[in-house]
This record gives sequence, C-alpha cells and structure tokens, in this order.
Amino acid sequence: MFVEIGHFALALALGVAVVQTIVPLWGVSRNDPALASVGPAAAIACFLLVALSFGCLMASYVVSDFSVENVAANSHSTQPLIYKLTSVWGNHEGSMLLWVLILVLFGALVALSRRSLPTRLRAGTLAAQGSVSVAFLAFTLLTSNPFRRLVPAPGEGQDLNPILQDLGLAIHPPLLYVGYVGFSITYAFAVAALIEGKIDAVWARAVRPWTLLAWTFLTLGIAMGSYWAYYELGWGGWWFWDPVENASLMPWLAGTALIHSTVVMEKRDALKVWTILLAILTFSLSLLGTFIVRSGVLTSVHSFASDPQRGLFILGILIAFIGGSLALFAWRAPLLKQGGLFAPVSRESALVVNNLFLATACATVFIGTLYPLVLEMVTGDKISVGPPFFNATFVPLLVPLLLLLPIGQTLAWKRGDLLGAAQRCQVAFGLGVITTLAIFAFVRGGPVLAPLGIGLGVFLVVGAFWEVGERVVGRASGAAAMLSRAKGLPRSAWGTALGHAGVGISVIGIAAVAWGTESIGMLKVGESLTSGRYTVTLEAVTPRTGPNYREDAARFRIVADGRELQPVEAMKRIYTARAMPTTEAGIRTVGLGQAYISLGEPDDSGAIAVKLHDKPLILLIWIGALVMAAGGALSLTDRRYRLAAPRRTSAPAALPQAAE
Amino acid sequence: MRALPLLLVASLAVSAPVLAVQPNEVLKDQALEQRARQISSGLRCLVCQNQSIDDSDAPLARDLRILVRERLVAGDNDKAVIDFVVARYGDFVLLRPPMNARTIALWAAPFLIVLFGAVFLWRRRNRAAAPADATLTAEEQRRLDDLLRDERG
Repeated sequence: MFVEIGHFALALALGVAVVQTIVPLWGVSRNDPALASVGPAAAIACFLLVALSFGCLMASYVVSDFSVENVAANSHSTQPLIYKLTSVWGNHEGSMLLWVLILVLFGALVALSRRSLPTRLRAGTLAAQGSVSVAFLAFTLLTSNPFRRLVPAPGEGQDLNPILQDLGLAIHPPLLYVGYVGFSITYAFAVAALIEGKIDAVWARAVRPWTLLAWTFLTLGIAMGSYWAYYELGWGGWWFWDPVENASLMPWLAGTALIHSTVVMEKRDALKVWTILLAILTFSLSLLGTFIVRSGVLTSVHSFASDPQRGLFILGILIAFIGGSLALFAWRAPLLKQGGLFAPVSRESALVVNNLFLATACATVFIGTLYPLVLEMVTGDKISVGPPFFNATFVPLLVPLLLLLPIGQTLAWKRGDLLGAAQRCQVAFGLGVITTLAIFAFVRGGPVLAPLGIGLGVFLVVGAFWEVGERVVGRASGAAAMLSRAKGLPRSAWGTALGHAGVGISVIGIAAVAWGTESIGMLKVGESLTSGRYTVTLEAVTPRTGPNYREDAARFRIVADGRELQPVEAMKRIYTARAMPTTEAGIRTVGLGQAYISLGEPDDSGAIAVKLHDKPLILLIWIGALVMAAGGALSLTDRRYRLAAPRRTSAPAALPQAAE
Repeated sequence: MRALPLLLVASLAVSAPVLAVQPNEVLKDQALEQRARQISSGLRCLVCQNQSIDDSDAPLARDLRILVRERLVAGDNDKAVIDFVVARYGDFVLLRPPMNARTIALWAAPFLIVLFGAVFLWRRRNRAAAPADATLTAEEQRRLDDLLRDERG
C-alpha cells in the first residue's frame, strides 16, 4: 500500500512541478499577481509530495517489503535497521529519489525564506527551479522508478552491497547531494536574472547564502567520501582522480570560484556577467557529474551498470539545461550593465586572479576526465589519463593561487597597495619559511617537496588569521577592547579566515603524506611487522558471527615509539547473502596520524598477509576540509546573509567594515 | 571520494578490496622494490576500470607486477621496463599519457587556458582602468559639490 501511495505522490509531484514552472512566469508576463504568486505554494506542495513518496519508500525498506523490486534487490531482512534505512539511497533508483527530494527541498526553502526578494525574481527563480524538478521527476518516474513491484515476491532480499554497509553511506550521499543540488538554486537565480535582464547587488546578496550553503555541504560531502574510501577500501588512499571523484571536484572548484566572485559583485557591483556564467556552469557541472556517474560513459572503478536509456535521458536533460541556459546567457548577457571599476592592484583584482586559477583548475579536471572519451570517439585511440597527469597539471596551477591567497586577502578594495599587502604578510611568510627550513634541518634524507608544502600550509594558516588579527589587535588597548572588537567584526570575516586556514591545514596534511611508510608481511600469531613509528604483533585470529556476515578478526598489539597502545583489530568478512568478501581496516589514531592495518589472504602455513601503514598527520587532510566548511557555515550566519527569519531585531549594528 | 563510486557498485561484481601487492611478490632488494612500486603505480590495470596495477587485486595486475619486477631484476632501467609493457599493451596502459600529437591538446590545455585568461584580463584591465583614472570635469565637480551640500544641508 505504501508503495502505491509513494508512486502516486511522486507522479502528483511531477504535475505540481509543471505548475510551478509555467504558472508564475505566465503570471509575471500577464502582470497577474495572483498567478505570479503560485510559485511558493507549488514549491512547498511539491516538496511535501516528494517527501511523502520518499517516506513511503523508506517504510517499505523498514518492513522489508520484498514485493518491491528495489527493496528486494538492495536489502535483506537481517540487515541492522540503520542499513535498512540507508539502503534506500544505496542504489540508483533510491538515490535518484533522494536527489529529487533535496532538489524540491531547496525550492521549498526559497519559497519559505523570509528574505525580501523582488517578486519577479522570486517567481522567475522558482519557475527555473521547477523546470529542473520536472526534468528529474520525469527521469525518475520513467527510467528509474523505485516503486516497481515484483511478482511473485521473493522471500528474501539480495542484501545491500557489503561495501556500502557502513555509517559512511548514512552521511556521505545526503551531504554530497545537498551540495550538488544546492547549486540548482544559484542556477535558477541566474536564469531568472537573465530572463529579467537585470542584475545588481540585491541579486548577489540573495544568491550568496545559497551558494555558501551548497558549497559548505559539498565540501563536507567530498571530505566525508574521501575519508570513507580511505578506511573502507583498505588501500589507505584518499583521493584517486577517478572520473566519479572528478565529477564532484569540478562543481566544488566552480562553486569556490562562485562564492568569491559573488563577493565582488555584492560589494562592488562588478564581475556581473562572469558571476552569472559561473552560476550556470557550476550547476551544469553538477548535472554533468550526475551524467558521468549514472550513464557509464566513463569507466570508473565502480559505476552503475550502463543503461543506455538512462544515459540518453540524462544526456537530453544535460543538453536542454546547459544548452538552454548558455543560449539564454549569450542572448541576454550583453544587456547586463557592467559597473564597479577597480584598479589592477585591488581586492577585486585578487579575486579575479582567484577565479582565473580556479576556473583553469576546473577546466583541467574537465579536460582530463573527458579527453580519453573524446579521443577514442574521434580517432579510436585509447589512452588513460590518471593521477600522474593531474599531479603534473592541477598541482602547479594551485600552488601560485595558494601563494597569492594571503596577499590578496590583505589588499584593499578598489585600489590596493601591493607592497603594503606583501609587507603585512611577511610574518606569515617568515613563519612558513622557518618551518620549511626547520624540517630540512631536522629530518634528513626525506622527500624534498613535502617540507615546502608544510611551509606553504603554515603560511596559509597564519596568513588567513593575520588580517582579522590585525583588525582585532589594531591600536586596541587592553583585552576588553580587543574582545569587543573581535565581536564587532562581521561573522563573514571570521568565516573567510577559517575557510582559508582550512585550506592551509589540508595542504599540511597532503604534504605530510610523503612521510608515510608501509610494510607488507606474512604474519603468524606472535610475529611482528614494523613500519615507521609503529610495530604490530599478531595476537590472535578469532572467527565471529555478525548479524548478516561472518568474520575473522585479527587482533594486534601495537607499539608506537616504545609506547604500548590500545590493541587494534582488522577484519576479513564474508557477507552471507551475496557471499561477498570485504576487509575492514584496523586503524589506531595517534595524535593527528594513524597506524593503518589491512589484511590479505592467509597462506597454507596459517600465516596471514598483513599490510601496515604509518600515516603521519593524515587526519589534517579532512580536518582542514571540516575547518573550511566551518568557515562557510560561519559566513552563513552573518547577519547580511541570514536565511531564516531575523532572530533579534534589536541586535547592535555591526561596525561598518569594508573588507571581509 | 572513492565512496561515491562505492555507492554505485550495487549492480556490479567488484573484487573485494585487499592488499594488492602480496608479500611473496616483494623483492629483497629495497631499492629495486621501491622502483617497482613507483613503476607499477603508473601502469593501469587493464581488466579493472581505473586502478593502477599497484592497487589492484586482479590476477592480471599481479602478473604485470611480477613482470615488472622480473625486468628490474634482469637489470632493465625504469624506462626500458615501461617501454616493454607499452610494447605489449599500448599507450592505454600508461596512467600518465605520453606527450605526442594526439595528447598535445590535453597537456597544453591547462597552461594555455591560464595564459589566455591572463592576457584577456590584462587587456580588459587597460580598458577598464582608463575611465577610473579620469578626473572630474569642472561641470561634474560643480554638480558634485551641489549634491554634497544638499546632502549635508
């Protein structure tokens, strides 16, 4: 019964989305306020219907209704409840429904947001957003219906893929999709502005919180996915330049450029045309990512079984939305007036340079990902573009950007003083250089580039806080004055500092990978293996039974630099329903580094293959991403961007601060 | 971020993640082993989707790893080993695409884009900066003064 209600609600949502797309625009063009205001109601109704539909699918999973094809293929009655719930989006159809749910959720949020948007802009935005909903609701219903029944119903399900039976599945896809799909709102705003032919600081201020929100979640989603892959796959790698990873990196790079260019637009009314184009491109890249992941055109380590019909449908959506919006852009953009002149050395110019490098980095990932496909189509030659290519192109593009970042951050708006800005960075730069030299002096014979990377990271972290530090300390007298000044700074200034410091922290973590070591050995009980600072001794291998798997747990004593740590377990599991083996890495965190143990096959003599990694400072990679996201979230709470209703009307007015 | 693809494995048979390089493959000579790892991380596992032979558990990847080590033990230098593998499997096996007529666009693109972007911005800067430097005409100055006076008054 659930299932039919869910299916019906989804079909109804499609109808409502059509209304949301057509009626408000019609109302605006006929100057009929009643029709023009249908948008918000339709957007909210659409969300409620899809939420109902999603709830119905989830309920089918909870009660293990195997008469539903989707449930039977991806769930099992013995699965723990949490994995029954997450199984909903552990497959193509269900994850598509989650995608659509988040899409319409954003529509409803725009409808509900109490920020005063000009009526026409709101109508246009909701209509544009509605059109995306129509496309993806139709896609889900026509090619990927999760509510299809199975006759006769099997007695037992086929289980969720064991690799996905992990808390990571509960967290990673929702975060990632909020990021991906959140950019649909900026896209909708851009299309609405183009239709109207007007774009100004009001537009920038309206768009910025949505961009920040999407960017923050995308950052978290990518970081979470990276950490999940790191501990689940057992290779100890955290980024592989796989097409599907690149698919999420491209919108992140474009989105990062976008949050910087909207600042320029909001403060200085400049870069309008470029910002609109970026808003369109960012969501286009999200769509492209969806296409890459779900069509199977590119060989990724894992992807859905290729389904040409789905691929063609998404390709159609891709062409319609990207082509349509770019055509609209080409037609209307010349009408937009450019404003806000600025000198070549200024904060604006620094942000333009930021955008140049980020856009190029994004283009590099794009070309690297799609080049093999195009080359094979044109010439029939097959080539591979793997990590060595990206390391040789992407990294050299990012280094100058990162070197310039702290300087750009201290430049003034309109007309800056390059020498002065450089001078204000000299402490940060000095600390970076000292760190590098200290590492060279104390760590002999190590990798050459890593100390430079650490120095760069230190420069970024110190440089990020230098500007707010100056503004807090300034000419202040006493701690109380400093505290009040710190409170008086806009939250977005702190957010910027945190975000940039997060980049520096990640850079340190990435650079430190070079000091990682690994050893492989065949261990019998009582034997030891050493790598870097860690020595592990195999104590026992115990067979156990879990709810839906059997496992052999290998227990290790672990000693770091002569100090005994809590023992650690690594497992080899067999999930009974699919008879599929997996390994669970044994990880012991020491400070910011980790000892990482993975198991291989046993041999005839009873010894088991063990791989031990020493990964110093590895956690900084993800901590940096968390700090970046925290910066985004902090900026989001800045009074100027508040999404929700104002909390206090009598809040003390912020000091007017030009910079952020 | 391998996890997003993880999420999508549902309908594919995926070999379980394990160790890749097995203890019995490891060479006694540490320097040679280091070179072997370096070389194998740049060679694609042909039967897998997008893994290097250093990361893959597929039997073919293992055969290739052993082959690489055999060549190294036989005294080949790194380039000779890679050439040997490429002669058998073609450029597809290289994760770092070779620079040639077919890939020059790929290798040049990032640097051309940043270069063209910089040139474009530089030229626009000259156009945009000119009016910014212009001083007010006497007429404009008078109107500005009026406006400012109104503002205060």
